Amino acid sequence: MVYLTRIEHFNAAHKLYNPNWSKEKNDEVFGKCANENWHGHNFELYVTIKGDPDPESGFIFDAKKLGGLINEKVIEKLDHRNLNVDVDFMKGKLCSIENLVMGIWKELEPHLPPPVQLHCLKLVETAKIFVEYYGSK
Amino acid sequence: MSKKVAIFRKEHFNAAHRLFNADWDDKKNTEVFGKCALPNYHGHNYELIVKIVGEPDEETGYVMDLKQLSDLIGEKIIERFDHKNLNLDTEEFKNQNPTAENIAIAIYELLRPHIPKEKDLQIRLYETPRNFVEYPV
Repeated sequence: MVYLTRIEHFNAAHKLYNPNWSKEKNDEVFGKCANENWHGHNFELYVTIKGDPDPESGFIFDAKKLGGLINEKVIEKLDHRNLNVDVDFMKGKLCSIENLVMGIWKELEPHLPPPVQLHCLKLVETAKIFVEYYGSK
Repeated sequence: MSKKVAIFRKEHFNAAHRLFNADWDDKKNTEVFGKCALPNYHGHNYELIVKIVGEPDEETGYVMDLKQLSDLIGEKIIERFDHKNLNLDTEEFKNQNPTAENIAIAIYELLRPHIPKEKDLQIRLYETPRNFVEYPV
């Protein structure tokens, strides 16, 4: 079993805000991240797949094709967008990177051709903050 | 012989923005600014590097106290721009496009009055790890 990681990036706006709470409570819990007019980040997405190399190509999955798939299924929906407003799979969810990484998994995972398996998504929000998700199984 | 030394302090802020010219229609804005013109904003992790050039003080050995420089950048720049929407929340970009170029010029002008006259000041601003600007040149 070999693990292969492809890194892509997108730039987006968001805010952390729970509409069921008062403005005061949102400020208390989310601080500056609750700014009503949004703020933004350069996000980096690390997509790790696992599998055995194909005996003929030597690949688990063509890394360039993986990049194309990530761009088509995920990056095009997220890049230069407002994550709270513009992204169909984040509608009605709190826009934390925890929820975002789980949403990205659901978008991407069904499109990986068997026997390729999605192993891990790592989503980097700032130089100091990132999350990892290994799926729900 | 000149004993000029350059010192640098690195800070960062996260902000939302969009690029558009209010005098142009949507079609022309999209043509010129592409995805950066999308109406609901996007965002970046801005990395700011402030460069000061001068001769070290004879008594302290410092060109400038880096802690004081950091506090100055925090007070004049980071508090103004961090977790803000540059188009909506800042005076500087009410009527000016918040390109990296214009942000660098604005940062220079905000800091210059607070840096001793005999020292040179230069701003380097990273909008993404791949796009950065310098002012003045």
